[in-house]
Amino acid sequence: MRGLLNAIVSPFSRTQGVARWMLGVGVAISGVFLVFAIFAPWLAPYGFATFKGPHGDFAKLGHPNSHHWFGTTDLQTDVLSRVIWGSRTALEVVTLAVIASLVIGLVLGILSGYVGGWADRLLVLVMDSLYAFPSFLLAIVCAFLFTNVIGTSVLFFSSGIIAAAMSLTVIYIPQYFRVVRNTTISAKQATYVEAARALGASGGVVMRRYLFGNVIQSVPVIGTLNAADAILTLAGLGFLGIGIQPNEAAEWGYDLQRALDDAGIGVWWTSLYPGLAIVLLVTGLTLVGEGLNETVNPVLRKRRLLPVVMPPRSRDEVSTTTTAPAPSLEGESTT
Amino acid sequence: MPTKPDTALSSPRQTEAVLDIRQLSVHFDLGGNLLGRLFGRGGGRVRAVDGVNLSLQRGEVVGLVGESGSGKSSLGRALLGLAPISEGSIWFRGQDLATLSGRRLRELRRHVQMVFQDPSAALNPAMTVEQAVTDPLRIHGVPAGERRPRVVEALERVGLSPVELFLSKYPSDLSGGQKQRVVIARAIIMDPAVLIADEPISMLDMSVRAKILTLMLDLKDQLDLTYVYITHDLASAKFFCNRIAIMYLGRIVEIGDTNEIFENPRHPYTRALLAAIPDPDPSRPKTADLLRGEIPDASRPPSGCSFHPRCPVAFDRCGWEPRDLVATLEGHWLRTSPSTYDLERSRIANLDDISADGGSETVLRPSTDASPTDLVALLSEVRREDQGARFWEGVDEISEEPEGVRVRFHSGEDPVLRRNGDVEVACLLY
Ligand SMILES: Nc1ncnc2c1ncn2[C@@H]1O[C@H](COP(=O)(O)OP(=O)(O)O)[C@@H](O)[C@H]1O
Ligand code: SF4
Ligand SMILES: [Mg+2]
Repeated sequence: MRGLLNAIVSPFSRTQGVARWMLGVGVAISGVFLVFAIFAPWLAPYGFATFKGPHGDFAKLGHPNSHHWFGTTDLQTDVLSRVIWGSRTALEVVTLAVIASLVIGLVLGILSGYVGGWADRLLVLVMDSLYAFPSFLLAIVCAFLFTNVIGTSVLFFSSGIIAAAMSLTVIYIPQYFRVVRNTTISAKQATYVEAARALGASGGVVMRRYLFGNVIQSVPVIGTLNAADAILTLAGLGFLGIGIQPNEAAEWGYDLQRALDDAGIGVWWTSLYPGLAIVLLVTGLTLVGEGLNETVNPVLRKRRLLPVVMPPRSRDEVSTTTTAPAPSLEGESTT
Repeated sequence: MPTKPDTALSSPRQTEAVLDIRQLSVHFDLGGNLLGRLFGRGGGRVRAVDGVNLSLQRGEVVGLVGESGSGKSSLGRALLGLAPISEGSIWFRGQDLATLSGRRLRELRRHVQMVFQDPSAALNPAMTVEQAVTDPLRIHGVPAGERRPRVVEALERVGLSPVELFLSKYPSDLSGGQKQRVVIARAIIMDPAVLIADEPISMLDMSVRAKILTLMLDLKDQLDLTYVYITHDLASAKFFCNRIAIMYLGRIVEIGDTNEIFENPRHPYTRALLAAIPDPDPSRPKTADLLRGEIPDASRPPSGCSFHPRCPVAFDRCGWEPRDLVATLEGHWLRTSPSTYDLERSRIANLDDISADGGSETVLRPSTDASPTDLVALLSEVRREDQGARFWEGVDEISEEPEGVRVRFHSGEDPVLRRNGDVEVACLLY
């Protein structure tokens, strides 16, 4: 266990220079949103769906004032409260998705890489097809499917949050899978793995004690970069009105979509604040990811964020991130 | 640590076989591509180990010596179940390791352990010394409470003391010699019967090599171990081994007591290896027995005696074949001028096909601007120029025929290990 913790923490402590600076700023920004998410019930002045207070109904599209610092929406809800509650939604979904895809991708990747054979080939085929599929499209399809399948809430997460998290999970599993499988395959050739087998270690022991610790090094980087990507995808889903229902939780993407009409009549506060929240959190997480990236693995350095498609708001605005995917996936270049 | 270089040589010989290897073969299928395999044109097979018999007596040190690629590591790894055993058996305590599998094999595995060539690679970089040395105990279910004292004892035995200083170190904090000591501690902690050391000192600094070998000899006496010592370096084998087995292309070509091998080498390959040992006395005349050429491709070993293309005393029955003719011609061309080469080479139409030929005869075909007579003349010229070449011993007959020159070879024999004096040797001369 100590080794595992060490493996996860060491990339953070080994950073330096620009990377350390990026990491610091990134952690600070993300930390603010984490505080929002955890303490939302105490920080937010109102509930995310509250439209009236002790003095009667809130104004519709009310200007920012001392009661509503960020103004109110066309549904009479408080913008500040929705931004704060929105960070809870975002972090819930992203945490669930990143943990699930990490665990599944890691386990499948180690098994596939270590065992090999036809099971490996089949898994690689499935993962490669998932990976090749445009990720936002895949997220939309999955969100539709899962929303219908999951009727009720699971644990204390509402069904919409679970469905959104599952869709994101499907998108990100292949990334962990590919990196972990490729590192496993190269680590498997290492003499120390052979030495472990010579000691009498079974396949399970080799995977757990000899491969796991060495393979997990590259995972925190992918995790944080995926988290940033997941925020955008989630907002995209919300913008299209898929996944999380408005009565379940506050969601920034959904708010942006509702705010589209307001912009035309000079109401700027309904779109500015949720938009700013998305940009800030994505920037924060990306800084963390890239900061780690610089230190953890020189091979990963060429990696960029995967393309994220956001629905266009208007014609003259470039809202699709068109960063081309790196020609070769990081994992491949390590083999 | 006392230096006792002669313990190995003076230790009494017992006659109790610890490990009995019979007709052991390790074959690797070469990949080739999928299409090739579908149509039966697979990449072929490497016979890394080809029918080896070896019986390890309790308490002895057996050296496996040979050039790189002669199959020493594959043999050692097969003993641990790390290389695939195609044929044969490995008898240990009444059981055949080659037929065991899974849990049963893993349990017996602890009695045969290995020390690796590169200690840096043999240790998991993410494990501390303590974790690394404890792991065999964990794997074999030693209760957690009993592990610590045994780890401390093992580390003390290999000379890593004070132990507390090393327990929490990572491999990257240690020197090469220290890492090899950790590897040895890990190998001996389960109290094995046999230790296989695959070039354990070749990656270490000169200064620590002798220390590691001495440590291993001490451990052998203290723990009643039997060693298989794999090396390409005869000098260290002389220091370390009771018995030496010389390997060439997957086979043992000579095996016997270290003294006898050194004083009275029989196999031409053994003699060549001995001649290659740097001589500390420069006044002694150099022998001309130095090895020529390189070890052949193991996926297509030469016929007859597989050493014959390089053997300085090969004769007619050693297994000459068509590709030796090609090698002889190429050797000749290396010594001639480029213009002669162009001229002579252009006269032969089917040189490339010949090297793929098997069997005991081949036909050298003239190209359009040459005649069979030209080729006969060419062969005589090569023979005249290349006086000492053993190849011509193997040529039975050269006959001029309408379509070309037929070269027939004497039929060859594959030498088996035969007792000769105090050793066994696989050479048709004995
Ligand atoms: N895993 C493997 N796959 C295919 N060929 C192998 C493998 N391991 C060894 N060989 C081949 O087997 C032969 C013997 O190799 P090895 O046992 O390593 O010899 P040595 O240890 O004497 O140098 C070589 O020709 C080598 O290429
Ligand atoms: S059989 Fe003996 S003489 Fe003939 S090639 Fe082999 S080693 Fe040389
Ligand atoms: Mg070797």
